[in-house]
Amino acid sequence: MWKALLNIKNPSQKWTLFLLAGCVYAWILPVFFLGFLQITKVAFSEPYIQVPPYKNLLTHFSWEFIEFKIYLANLFDLFNEKIYVYAFGRSLKIAGLSTLIALIVAYPMALGLVMMPKRYQSSLLLLILLPFWTSFLLRVYAWIGLLNSDGIINTALMKLGLISTPLALLYTDFAVVLGIVYCYLPFMLLPLYSTLQKFDWSLIEASADLGCKPWSSFRQVLLPNTVSGIFTGCFFVFIPALGEIIIPILLGGSKAVMFGRVIWEEFFFNRDWTMASMLSLALLVILMFPIYRAQKKGDL
Amino acid sequence: MYNLFPRLRGALWLGYFFMLAPLIYVIVYSFNDSRFVSVWSGFSLKWYHHLWNNKVLMTATVISLQVAFLSASIAVLLGTIAAVTYTRFPQMRGRGFFSFISIAPMVLPEVVLGMAFLMAYLVLQDWVGLPRNRGMLTIIIAHATIGMAYAFIMIRNRLKNFDSAVIEAAMDLGATPLSIFFKITIPIIAPTLISAWLLVFILSFDDLVVASFVSGAEVTTLPMAIFSSIKFGLTPEINALATVMIVILSVGLLLISRKLTQKDESGMILQPPSE
Repeated sequence: MWKALLNIKNPSQKWTLFLLAGCVYAWILPVFFLGFLQITKVAFSEPYIQVPPYKNLLTHFSWEFIEFKIYLANLFDLFNEKIYVYAFGRSLKIAGLSTLIALIVAYPMALGLVMMPKRYQSSLLLLILLPFWTSFLLRVYAWIGLLNSDGIINTALMKLGLISTPLALLYTDFAVVLGIVYCYLPFMLLPLYSTLQKFDWSLIEASADLGCKPWSSFRQVLLPNTVSGIFTGCFFVFIPALGEIIIPILLGGSKAVMFGRVIWEEFFFNRDWTMASMLSLALLVILMFPIYRAQKKGDL
Repeated sequence: MYNLFPRLRGALWLGYFFMLAPLIYVIVYSFNDSRFVSVWSGFSLKWYHHLWNNKVLMTATVISLQVAFLSASIAVLLGTIAAVTYTRFPQMRGRGFFSFISIAPMVLPEVVLGMAFLMAYLVLQDWVGLPRNRGMLTIIIAHATIGMAYAFIMIRNRLKNFDSAVIEAAMDLGATPLSIFFKITIPIIAPTLISAWLLVFILSFDDLVVASFVSGAEVTTLPMAIFSSIKFGLTPEINALATVMIVILSVGLLLISRKLTQKDESGMILQPPSE
Protein backbone atom coordinates (compact mmCIF):
# COMPACT_ATOMS: atom_id res chain seq x y z
CA MET A 1 0.00 0.00 0.00
CA TRP A 2 2.88 2.36 0.59
CA LYS A 3 4.50 1.07 -2.61
CA ALA A 4 5.30 4.44 -4.10
CA LEU A 5 6.83 5.68 -0.88
CA LEU A 6 8.70 2.50 -0.21
CA ASN A 7 11.24 2.83 -2.90
CA ILE A 8 14.18 3.28 -0.60
CA LYS A 9 16.54 3.43 -3.57
CA ASN A 10 15.07 6.87 -4.01
CA PRO A 11 17.74 8.99 -2.31
CA SER A 12 15.39 11.44 -0.62
CA GLN A 13 13.51 8.52 0.97
CA LYS A 14 16.79 7.14 2.18
CA TRP A 15 17.65 10.40 3.87
CA THR A 16 14.21 10.58 5.46
CA LEU A 17 14.75 7.14 6.93
CA PHE A 18 18.20 8.08 8.17
CA LEU A 19 16.88 11.20 9.77
CA LEU A 20 13.86 9.59 11.43
CA ALA A 21 15.57 6.43 12.64
CA GLY A 22 18.54 8.56 13.63
CA CYS A 23 16.37 10.67 15.93
CA VAL A 24 15.07 7.59 17.70
CA TYR A 25 18.45 5.92 18.00
CA ALA A 26 20.11 9.13 19.13
CA TRP A 27 17.70 9.22 22.05
CA ILE A 28 17.40 5.61 23.01
CA LEU A 29 20.94 4.33 22.55
CA PRO A 30 22.68 6.71 24.96
CA VAL A 31 20.02 6.89 27.66
CA PHE A 32 18.86 3.30 27.64
CA PHE A 33 21.00 0.86 25.69
CA LEU A 34 24.22 2.25 27.09
CA GLY A 35 22.83 1.57 30.57
CA PHE A 36 22.61 -2.12 29.85
CA LEU A 37 26.17 -2.25 28.58
CA GLN A 38 27.23 -0.50 31.77
CA ILE A 39 25.18 -2.89 33.94
CA THR A 40 26.96 -5.80 32.28
CA LYS A 41 30.30 -4.13 32.92
CA VAL A 42 29.60 -3.26 36.55
CA ALA A 43 28.27 -6.77 37.19
CA PHE A 44 31.78 -8.05 36.52
CA SER A 45 33.60 -5.31 38.39
CA GLU A 46 35.07 -5.51 41.85
CA PRO A 47 33.08 -3.74 44.59
CA TYR A 48 34.91 -0.81 46.13
CA ILE A 49 33.95 1.48 48.97
CA GLN A 50 34.15 4.73 47.04
CA VAL A 51 32.04 6.82 44.71
CA PRO A 52 31.13 5.11 42.36
CA PRO A 53 31.22 1.92 44.42
CA TYR A 54 33.06 -0.27 41.93
CA LYS A 55 36.53 -0.54 40.46
CA ASN A 56 37.17 -0.08 36.81
CA LEU A 57 37.27 -3.22 34.71
CA LEU A 58 40.00 -1.89 32.49
CA THR A 59 43.02 -1.49 34.72
CA HIS A 60 45.65 -0.66 32.16
CA PHE A 61 45.54 0.49 28.60
CA SER A 62 48.51 1.31 26.40
CA TRP A 63 49.76 0.39 22.99
CA GLU A 64 51.80 -2.46 24.45
CA PHE A 65 49.13 -4.23 26.40
CA ILE A 66 45.58 -3.98 27.68
CA GLU A 67 44.82 -5.25 31.14
CA PHE A 68 41.39 -6.34 32.30
CA LYS A 69 40.35 -7.47 35.70
CA ILE A 70 37.11 -9.42 35.53
CA TYR A 71 35.53 -10.08 38.90
CA LEU A 72 33.60 -13.32 38.92
CA ALA A 73 32.65 -13.63 42.58
CA ASN A 74 29.26 -11.99 41.97
CA LEU A 75 28.44 -14.50 39.27
CA PHE A 76 29.15 -17.38 41.65
CA ASP A 77 27.29 -15.67 44.46
CA LEU A 78 24.23 -15.67 42.25
CA PHE A 79 24.11 -19.45 42.51
CA ASN A 80 25.81 -20.01 45.85
CA GLU A 81 24.32 -17.34 48.11
CA LYS A 82 21.21 -18.88 49.61
CA ILE A 83 19.35 -15.57 49.76
CA TYR A 84 19.43 -14.98 46.00
CA VAL A 85 18.40 -18.50 45.06
CA TYR A 86 15.69 -18.38 47.70
CA ALA A 87 14.46 -14.94 46.60
CA PHE A 88 14.28 -16.06 43.01
CA GLY A 89 12.39 -19.25 43.78
CA ARG A 90 9.99 -17.33 45.95
CA SER A 91 9.43 -14.65 43.34
CA LEU A 92 8.68 -17.33 40.76
CA LYS A 93 6.22 -18.94 43.16
CA ILE A 94 4.44 -15.74 44.13
CA ALA A 95 4.37 -14.33 40.59
CA GLY A 96 3.14 -17.67 39.20
CA LEU A 97 0.46 -18.06 41.83
CA SER A 98 -0.70 -14.45 41.39
CA THR A 99 -0.88 -14.86 37.62
CA LEU A 100 -2.94 -18.02 37.98
CA ILE A 101 -5.35 -16.43 40.46
CA ALA A 102 -5.64 -13.32 38.31
CA LEU A 103 -6.53 -15.53 35.36
CA ILE A 104 -9.12 -17.45 37.37
CA VAL A 105 -10.67 -14.20 38.59
CA ALA A 106 -10.46 -12.33 35.30
CA TYR A 107 -11.70 -14.97 32.88
CA PRO A 108 -15.26 -15.24 34.25
CA MET A 109 -15.32 -11.47 34.64
CA ALA A 110 -14.34 -10.94 31.03
CA LEU A 111 -16.91 -13.52 29.93
CA GLY A 112 -19.57 -11.85 32.02
CA LEU A 113 -18.61 -8.49 30.55
CA VAL A 114 -18.85 -9.73 26.97
CA MET A 115 -22.29 -11.13 27.70
CA MET A 116 -23.60 -7.86 29.05
CA PRO A 117 -25.74 -5.79 26.68
CA LYS A 118 -23.53 -3.77 24.33
CA ARG A 119 -24.65 -0.38 25.57
CA TYR A 120 -23.46 -1.03 29.14
CA GLN A 121 -20.11 -2.46 28.13
CA SER A 122 -18.22 0.77 27.64
CA SER A 123 -19.32 2.17 31.00
CA LEU A 124 -18.38 -1.10 32.66
CA LEU A 125 -14.98 -0.96 31.01
CA LEU A 126 -14.53 2.52 32.41
CA LEU A 127 -15.07 1.11 35.88
CA ILE A 128 -12.22 -1.33 35.25
CA LEU A 129 -10.00 1.46 34.02
CA LEU A 130 -10.69 3.66 37.01
CA PRO A 131 -8.60 1.64 39.48
CA PHE A 132 -6.08 1.06 36.73
CA TRP A 133 -5.54 4.80 36.34
CA THR A 134 -5.50 5.47 40.06
CA SER A 135 -2.09 5.63 41.64
CA PHE A 136 -0.54 2.21 42.12
CA LEU A 137 0.93 3.24 45.45
CA LEU A 138 -2.40 4.45 46.77
CA ARG A 139 -4.12 1.22 45.76
CA VAL A 140 -1.53 -0.78 47.69
CA TYR A 141 -1.93 1.65 50.58
CA ALA A 142 -5.70 1.04 50.67
CA TRP A 143 -5.04 -2.63 51.32
CA ILE A 144 -2.87 -1.83 54.36
CA GLY A 145 -5.87 -0.17 55.94
CA LEU A 146 -8.09 -3.10 55.04
CA LEU A 147 -5.80 -5.91 56.15
CA ASN A 148 -4.25 -4.37 59.26
CA SER A 149 -4.82 -6.15 62.55
CA ASP A 150 -7.05 -3.22 63.57
CA GLY A 151 -8.20 -2.79 59.98
CA ILE A 152 -11.67 -3.00 58.52
CA ILE A 153 -11.70 -6.71 57.74
CA ASN A 154 -10.51 -7.79 61.17
CA THR A 155 -12.78 -5.32 62.96
CA ALA A 156 -15.79 -6.49 60.98
CA LEU A 157 -15.04 -10.17 61.57
CA MET A 158 -14.62 -9.56 65.30
CA LYS A 159 -17.85 -7.58 65.53
CA LEU A 160 -19.64 -10.43 63.80
CA GLY A 161 -18.16 -12.76 66.36
CA LEU A 162 -16.50 -14.99 63.77
CA ILE A 163 -13.08 -14.55 65.31
CA SER A 164 -11.96 -13.50 68.77
CA THR A 165 -8.41 -12.36 68.02
CA PRO A 166 -7.42 -10.47 64.89
CA LEU A 167 -6.14 -12.59 62.03
CA ALA A 168 -2.63 -11.92 60.82
CA LEU A 169 -3.48 -10.81 57.29
CA LEU A 170 -1.00 -8.05 56.64
CA TYR A 171 2.69 -8.94 56.25
CA THR A 172 2.00 -12.40 54.92
CA ASP A 173 2.44 -14.05 51.53
CA PHE A 174 -1.33 -13.95 51.25
CA ALA A 175 -1.25 -10.16 51.37
CA VAL A 176 1.48 -10.02 48.72
CA VAL A 177 -0.43 -12.29 46.33
CA LEU A 178 -3.64 -10.36 46.99
CA GLY A 179 -1.89 -7.07 46.30
CA ILE A 180 -0.39 -8.32 43.04
CA VAL A 181 -3.70 -9.79 41.86
CA TYR A 182 -5.48 -6.57 42.75
CA CYS A 183 -3.00 -4.27 41.07
CA TYR A 184 -2.47 -6.27 37.90
CA LEU A 185 -6.01 -7.53 37.34
CA PRO A 186 -6.80 -4.97 34.61
CA PHE A 187 -3.76 -6.16 32.65
CA MET A 188 -5.29 -9.62 32.60
CA LEU A 189 -8.86 -8.48 32.12
CA LEU A 190 -8.45 -6.21 29.10
CA PRO A 191 -6.62 -8.62 26.75
CA LEU A 192 -9.09 -11.37 27.73
CA TYR A 193 -12.01 -9.06 27.09
CA SER A 194 -10.80 -8.05 23.65
CA THR A 195 -10.10 -11.66 22.63
CA LEU A 196 -13.51 -12.79 23.86
CA GLN A 197 -15.13 -9.92 22.04
CA LYS A 198 -13.66 -11.10 18.75
CA PHE A 199 -14.70 -14.68 19.40
CA ASP A 200 -17.31 -16.09 17.04
CA TRP A 201 -20.12 -17.15 19.37
CA SER A 202 -21.90 -19.20 16.71
CA LEU A 203 -19.21 -21.82 17.34
CA ILE A 204 -20.58 -22.28 20.84
CA GLU A 205 -24.10 -22.59 19.50
CA ALA A 206 -22.89 -25.15 16.99
CA SER A 207 -21.17 -27.16 19.69
CA ALA A 208 -24.33 -27.00 21.83
CA ASP A 209 -26.41 -28.21 18.89
CA LEU A 210 -24.01 -31.10 18.53
CA GLY A 211 -24.68 -32.03 22.13
CA CYS A 212 -21.92 -30.33 24.09
CA LYS A 213 -22.72 -29.45 27.68
CA PRO A 214 -21.76 -25.86 28.62
CA TRP A 215 -18.68 -26.97 30.51
CA SER A 216 -17.29 -29.02 27.63
CA SER A 217 -18.17 -26.28 25.14
CA PHE A 218 -16.08 -24.02 27.29
CA ARG A 219 -13.19 -26.43 27.50
CA GLN A 220 -13.15 -27.64 23.93
CA VAL A 221 -14.28 -24.59 21.98
CA LEU A 222 -13.94 -21.36 23.91
CA LEU A 223 -10.70 -21.99 25.79
CA PRO A 224 -8.59 -23.10 22.78
CA ASN A 225 -9.87 -20.10 20.82
CA THR A 226 -8.87 -17.58 23.47
CA VAL A 227 -5.38 -18.88 24.18
CA SER A 228 -3.75 -15.78 22.69
CA GLY A 229 -5.60 -13.48 25.10
CA ILE A 230 -4.68 -15.73 28.00
CA PHE A 231 -1.01 -15.64 27.02
CA THR A 232 -0.96 -11.88 26.62
CA GLY A 233 -2.68 -11.38 29.95
CA CYS A 234 -0.37 -13.77 31.77
CA PHE A 235 2.66 -12.12 30.20
CA PHE A 236 1.62 -8.68 31.41
CA VAL A 237 0.92 -9.93 34.93
CA PHE A 238 3.80 -12.35 35.39
CA ILE A 239 6.68 -10.18 34.23
CA PRO A 240 6.00 -7.11 36.36
CA ALA A 241 5.07 -9.36 39.28
CA LEU A 242 8.45 -11.07 39.08
CA GLY A 243 10.28 -7.78 39.55
CA GLU A 244 7.77 -6.28 41.96
CA ILE A 245 9.22 -4.18 44.78
CA ILE A 246 6.55 -1.97 46.30
CA ILE A 247 3.96 -4.64 47.07
CA PRO A 248 6.36 -6.94 48.97
CA ILE A 249 7.78 -3.97 50.89
CA LEU A 250 4.41 -2.52 51.91
CA LEU A 251 2.24 -5.63 52.23
CA GLY A 252 4.78 -8.37 52.81
CA GLY A 253 6.79 -6.82 55.62
CA SER A 254 10.37 -7.70 56.31
CA LYS A 255 10.04 -11.38 55.51
CA ALA A 256 8.73 -11.01 51.99
CA VAL A 257 11.97 -11.44 50.10
CA MET A 258 11.43 -11.15 46.38
CA PHE A 259 13.93 -10.81 43.59
CA GLY A 260 13.12 -7.21 42.67
CA ARG A 261 13.25 -6.21 46.29
CA VAL A 262 16.64 -7.89 46.77
CA ILE A 263 18.02 -5.79 43.89
CA TRP A 264 16.47 -2.68 45.42
CA GLU A 265 18.00 -3.38 48.82
CA GLU A 266 21.44 -4.32 47.48
CA PHE A 267 21.41 -1.03 45.66
CA PHE A 268 19.98 1.38 48.20
CA PHE A 269 20.88 -0.14 51.55
CA ASN A 270 23.99 -2.25 51.01
CA ARG A 271 25.22 0.10 48.30
CA ASP A 272 26.63 -2.89 46.48
CA TRP A 273 26.12 -1.77 42.91
CA THR A 274 28.09 -4.65 41.47
CA MET A 275 25.82 -7.27 43.00
CA ALA A 276 22.72 -5.25 42.12
CA SER A 277 23.96 -5.13 38.53
CA MET A 278 24.63 -8.85 38.49
CA LEU A 279 21.11 -9.54 39.79
CA SER A 280 19.57 -7.19 37.23
CA LEU A 281 21.56 -8.85 34.51
CA ALA A 282 20.32 -12.25 35.66
CA LEU A 283 16.72 -11.04 35.61
CA LEU A 284 17.25 -9.55 32.17
CA VAL A 285 18.70 -12.78 30.78
CA ILE A 286 15.83 -14.80 32.23
CA LEU A 287 13.20 -12.44 30.80
CA MET A 288 14.85 -12.16 27.39
CA PHE A 289 13.37 -15.45 26.26
CA PRO A 290 9.67 -14.81 26.97
CA ILE A 291 9.92 -11.22 25.69
CA TYR A 292 11.57 -12.38 22.49
CA ARG A 293 8.91 -15.05 22.02
CA ALA A 294 6.07 -12.61 22.65
CA GLN A 295 7.50 -10.20 20.13
CA LYS A 296 7.97 -12.94 17.52
CA LYS A 297 4.38 -14.01 17.99
CA GLY A 298 3.27 -10.46 17.41
CA ASP A 299 1.74 -9.94 20.83
CA LEU A 300 3.68 -6.75 21.34
CA MET B 1 -25.41 -14.20 21.62
CA TYR B 2 -25.40 -17.59 23.22
CA ASN B 3 -25.30 -17.41 26.96
CA LEU B 4 -22.86 -20.09 28.03
CA PHE B 5 -22.97 -19.67 31.76
CA PRO B 6 -25.97 -17.68 32.96
CA ARG B 7 -24.48 -17.19 36.43
CA LEU B 8 -21.48 -15.26 35.12
CA ARG B 9 -23.10 -11.95 35.92
CA GLY B 10 -22.57 -12.77 39.59
CA ALA B 11 -18.87 -13.31 38.97
CA LEU B 12 -18.72 -9.97 37.22
CA TRP B 13 -20.32 -8.08 40.12
CA LEU B 14 -18.09 -9.88 42.60
CA GLY B 15 -15.07 -8.88 40.54
CA TYR B 16 -16.21 -5.28 40.49
CA PHE B 17 -16.70 -5.36 44.23
CA PHE B 18 -13.14 -6.63 44.64
CA MET B 19 -11.76 -3.93 42.37
CA LEU B 20 -13.71 -0.98 43.68
CA ALA B 21 -14.17 -1.72 47.39
CA PRO B 22 -10.67 -0.58 48.41
CA LEU B 23 -11.18 2.70 46.57
CA ILE B 24 -14.54 3.24 48.24
CA TYR B 25 -12.99 2.47 51.61
CA VAL B 26 -10.29 5.09 51.03
CA ILE B 27 -12.85 7.70 49.97
CA VAL B 28 -15.14 7.08 52.95
CA TYR B 29 -12.36 7.12 55.51
CA SER B 30 -10.84 10.31 54.14
CA PHE B 31 -13.82 12.04 55.82
CA ASN B 32 -13.18 10.34 59.12
CA ASP B 33 -12.53 12.57 62.09
CA SER B 34 -10.38 10.04 63.92
CA ARG B 35 -6.63 9.70 63.62
CA PHE B 36 -7.03 5.96 63.54
CA VAL B 37 -7.76 4.65 60.11
CA SER B 38 -10.19 1.95 61.14
CA VAL B 39 -12.31 3.68 63.75
CA TRP B 40 -15.13 5.86 62.48
CA SER B 41 -15.69 8.80 64.79
CA GLY B 42 -17.60 11.28 62.71
CA PHE B 43 -17.53 13.32 59.56
CA SER B 44 -14.78 15.85 59.13
CA LEU B 45 -12.86 17.62 56.42
CA LYS B 46 -9.82 18.19 58.55
CA TRP B 47 -7.57 15.78 56.62
CA TYR B 48 -8.15 17.81 53.49
CA HIS B 49 -7.08 20.86 55.42
CA HIS B 50 -3.97 19.03 56.65
CA LEU B 51 -3.25 17.90 53.11
CA TRP B 52 -3.54 21.42 51.78
CA ASN B 53 -1.05 22.64 54.39
CA ASN B 54 1.36 19.77 53.86
CA LYS B 55 4.28 21.51 52.18
CA VAL B 56 6.15 18.30 51.33
CA LEU B 57 3.24 16.68 49.52
CA MET B 58 2.24 19.87 47.74
CA THR B 59 5.75 20.63 46.47
CA ALA B 60 6.08 17.04 45.35
CA THR B 61 2.76 17.26 43.50
CA VAL B 62 3.91 20.30 41.56
CA ILE B 63 7.18 18.57 40.66
CA SER B 64 5.35 15.43 39.57
CA LEU B 65 2.94 17.39 37.41
CA GLN B 66 5.80 19.16 35.65
CA VAL B 67 7.72 15.93 35.14
CA ALA B 68 4.65 14.12 33.83
CA PHE B 69 3.72 16.94 31.46
CA LEU B 70 7.16 17.18 29.90
CA SER B 71 7.84 13.47 29.72
CA ALA B 72 4.46 12.77 28.12
CA SER B 73 5.11 15.42 25.48
CA ILE B 74 8.58 14.12 24.64
CA ALA B 75 7.36 10.52 24.67
CA VAL B 76 4.56 11.19 22.20
CA LEU B 77 6.89 13.09 19.90
CA LEU B 78 9.50 10.33 19.91
CA GLY B 79 6.88 7.59 19.76
CA THR B 80 5.32 9.18 16.69
CA ILE B 81 8.68 9.41 14.95
CA ALA B 82 9.46 5.79 15.82
CA ALA B 83 6.03 4.52 14.75
CA VAL B 84 6.09 6.39 11.45
CA THR B 85 9.60 5.10 10.76
CA TYR B 86 8.53 1.58 11.59
CA THR B 87 5.38 1.51 9.43
CA ARG B 88 6.67 3.58 6.54
CA PHE B 89 9.87 1.63 5.97
CA PRO B 90 9.23 -2.11 6.16
CA GLN B 91 12.45 -2.76 4.28
CA MET B 92 14.52 -0.88 6.80
CA ARG B 93 17.68 -2.63 7.85
CA GLY B 94 17.64 -3.74 11.48
CA ARG B 95 13.89 -3.27 11.78
CA GLY B 96 13.64 -6.08 14.33
CA PHE B 97 16.24 -4.46 16.55
CA PHE B 98 14.59 -1.09 16.07
CA SER B 99 11.23 -2.33 17.27
CA PHE B 100 12.76 -4.44 20.03
CA ILE B 101 14.67 -1.55 21.52
CA SER B 102 11.64 0.74 21.20
CA ILE B 103 9.43 -1.73 23.06
CA ALA B 104 11.96 -2.97 25.62
CA PRO B 105 11.39 -0.12 28.13
CA MET B 106 7.75 -1.17 28.36
CA VAL B 107 8.22 -4.84 29.11
CA LEU B 108 11.23 -4.91 31.41
CA PRO B 109 10.68 -4.76 35.18
CA GLU B 110 11.05 -1.34 36.74
CA VAL B 111 14.06 -2.25 38.87
CA VAL B 112 16.06 -3.21 35.81
CA LEU B 113 14.99 -0.04 34.02
CA GLY B 114 15.89 2.16 36.95
CA MET B 115 19.35 0.62 37.19
CA ALA B 116 19.87 0.94 33.44
CA PHE B 117 18.96 4.62 33.33
CA LEU B 118 21.12 5.45 36.31
CA MET B 119 24.10 3.60 34.86
CA ALA B 120 23.63 5.31 31.51
CA TYR B 121 23.58 8.73 33.18
CA LEU B 122 26.74 7.98 35.11
CA VAL B 123 28.58 6.90 31.98
CA LEU B 124 27.39 9.95 30.05
CA GLN B 125 28.43 12.18 32.93
CA ASP B 126 31.84 10.60 32.77
CA TRP B 127 32.18 11.02 29.01
CA VAL B 128 30.51 14.28 28.15
CA GLY B 129 29.77 15.87 31.53
CA LEU B 130 26.01 15.74 31.02
CA PRO B 131 23.59 15.40 32.79
CA ARG B 132 25.41 17.51 35.34
CA ASN B 133 23.42 16.31 38.32
CA ARG B 134 20.51 14.04 38.94
CA GLY B 135 17.14 15.65 39.43
CA MET B 136 14.08 16.58 37.45
CA LEU B 137 15.79 16.39 34.10
CA THR B 138 17.02 12.83 34.60
CA ILE B 139 13.57 11.72 35.75
CA ILE B 140 11.99 13.33 32.71
CA ILE B 141 14.41 11.62 30.34
CA ALA B 142 13.80 8.23 31.94
CA HIS B 143 10.02 8.62 31.94
CA ALA B 144 10.02 9.90 28.36
CA THR B 145 11.96 6.82 27.26
CA ILE B 146 9.58 4.42 28.99
CA GLY B 147 6.60 6.40 27.75
CA MET B 148 7.93 6.36 24.22
CA ALA B 149 7.59 2.59 24.17
CA TYR B 150 3.88 2.83 25.04
CA ALA B 151 3.31 5.67 22.56
CA PHE B 152 5.20 3.72 19.89
CA ILE B 153 2.95 0.68 20.22
CA MET B 154 -0.30 2.63 20.33
CA ILE B 155 0.56 4.83 17.36
CA ARG B 156 2.02 1.93 15.39
CA ASN B 157 -1.19 -0.05 15.85
CA ARG B 158 -3.19 2.95 14.73
CA LEU B 159 -1.04 3.48 11.64
CA LYS B 160 -1.38 -0.20 10.74
CA ASN B 161 -5.12 0.05 10.18
CA PHE B 162 -4.99 3.36 8.47
CA ASP B 163 -6.88 3.75 5.23
CA SER B 164 -4.08 4.15 2.73
CA ALA B 165 -6.48 5.26 -0.04
CA VAL B 166 -6.49 8.74 1.46
CA ILE B 167 -2.73 8.93 1.24
CA GLU B 168 -2.70 7.62 -2.31
CA ALA B 169 -5.33 10.15 -3.33
CA ALA B 170 -3.29 12.96 -1.80
CA MET B 171 -0.20 11.77 -3.60
CA ASP B 172 -2.03 11.59 -6.90
CA LEU B 173 -3.06 15.16 -6.37
CA GLY B 174 0.55 16.10 -5.88
CA ALA B 175 0.91 16.53 -2.12
CA THR B 176 4.42 16.29 -0.73
CA PRO B 177 5.17 13.64 1.93
CA LEU B 178 5.60 16.35 4.54
CA SER B 179 2.27 18.00 3.85
CA ILE B 180 0.61 14.56 3.73
CA PHE B 181 2.01 13.90 7.18
CA PHE B 182 0.84 17.14 8.71
CA LYS B 183 -2.45 17.55 6.88
CA ILE B 184 -3.66 13.93 6.76
CA THR B 185 -1.76 11.58 9.03
CA ILE B 186 -1.63 13.81 12.10
CA PRO B 187 -5.35 14.75 12.11
CA ILE B 188 -6.35 11.12 11.63
CA ILE B 189 -4.15 9.75 14.41
CA ALA B 190 -4.78 12.71 16.73
CA PRO B 191 -7.12 10.82 19.12
CA THR B 192 -4.45 8.13 19.49
CA LEU B 193 -1.83 10.78 20.18
CA ILE B 194 -4.02 12.21 22.93
CA SER B 195 -4.64 8.78 24.48
CA ALA B 196 -0.93 8.05 24.36
CA TRP B 197 -0.11 11.39 25.95
CA LEU B 198 -2.58 10.77 28.77
CA LEU B 199 -1.29 7.26 29.37
CA VAL B 200 2.32 8.41 29.59
CA PHE B 201 1.30 11.30 31.83
CA ILE B 202 -0.35 8.90 34.26
CA LEU B 203 2.52 6.42 34.12
CA SER B 204 5.00 9.15 34.87
CA PHE B 205 2.87 10.67 37.61
CA ASP B 206 2.58 7.24 39.20
CA ASP B 207 6.15 6.01 38.96
CA LEU B 208 8.08 5.36 42.15
CA VAL B 209 10.77 2.84 41.32
CA VAL B 210 12.48 4.37 38.30
CA ALA B 211 12.29 7.87 39.80
CA SER B 212 13.91 6.64 43.03
CA PHE B 213 16.87 5.35 41.06
CA VAL B 214 17.42 8.35 38.86
CA SER B 215 16.50 11.30 41.07
CA GLY B 216 19.03 13.12 43.13
CA ALA B 217 18.73 13.97 46.79
CA GLU B 218 16.89 17.29 46.31
CA VAL B 219 14.05 16.26 44.04
CA THR B 220 11.16 14.29 45.48
CA THR B 221 8.26 13.28 43.26
CA LEU B 222 4.77 12.70 44.65
CA PRO B 223 5.00 8.88 44.74
CA MET B 224 8.33 9.16 46.56
CA ALA B 225 6.76 11.50 49.13
CA ILE B 226 3.74 9.21 49.56
CA PHE B 227 5.97 6.17 49.92
CA SER B 228 8.04 7.69 52.68
CA SER B 229 4.97 8.89 54.55
CA ILE B 230 3.32 5.45 54.26
CA LYS B 231 6.44 3.82 55.66
CA PHE B 232 6.09 5.98 58.77
CA GLY B 233 2.61 4.60 59.29
CA LEU B 234 -0.90 5.17 58.04
CA THR B 235 -2.06 8.73 57.96
CA PRO B 236 -5.55 9.84 56.96
CA GLU B 237 -3.96 12.63 54.92
CA ILE B 238 -3.02 10.03 52.34
CA ASN B 239 -6.67 8.95 52.22
CA ALA B 240 -7.61 12.53 51.44
CA LEU B 241 -4.94 12.72 48.75
CA ALA B 242 -6.13 9.46 47.22
CA THR B 243 -9.70 10.73 47.19
CA VAL B 244 -8.71 13.92 45.42
CA MET B 245 -6.83 11.91 42.81
CA ILE B 246 -9.66 9.44 42.31
CA VAL B 247 -12.20 12.22 41.87
CA ILE B 248 -10.03 14.14 39.38
CA LEU B 249 -9.36 10.93 37.48
CA SER B 250 -12.96 9.77 37.32
CA VAL B 251 -14.18 13.12 36.10
CA GLY B 252 -11.36 13.37 33.60
CA LEU B 253 -11.82 9.81 32.46
CA LEU B 254 -15.53 10.32 31.94
CA LEU B 255 -15.09 13.53 29.99
CA ILE B 256 -12.25 12.31 27.82
CA SER B 257 -13.29 8.75 27.19
CA ARG B 258 -16.65 9.72 25.71
CA LYS B 259 -14.83 11.68 23.05
CA LEU B 260 -11.86 9.43 22.48
CA THR B 261 -13.21 5.91 22.60
CA GLN B 262 -15.23 6.24 19.44
CA LYS B 263 -12.42 7.78 17.49
CA ASP B 264 -9.38 6.04 18.84
CA GLU B 265 -9.09 2.82 16.91
CA SER B 266 -5.84 1.81 18.55
CA GLY B 267 -8.04 0.51 21.33
CA MET B 268 -9.89 1.74 24.35
CA ILE B 269 -8.21 4.65 25.91
CA LEU B 270 -5.67 2.81 27.92
CA GLN B 271 -6.20 -0.69 26.73
CA PRO B 272 -2.91 -2.41 27.54
CA PRO B 273 -0.85 -1.69 24.48
CA SER B 274 -0.70 -5.36 23.58
CA GLU B 275 -3.87 -5.00 21.62
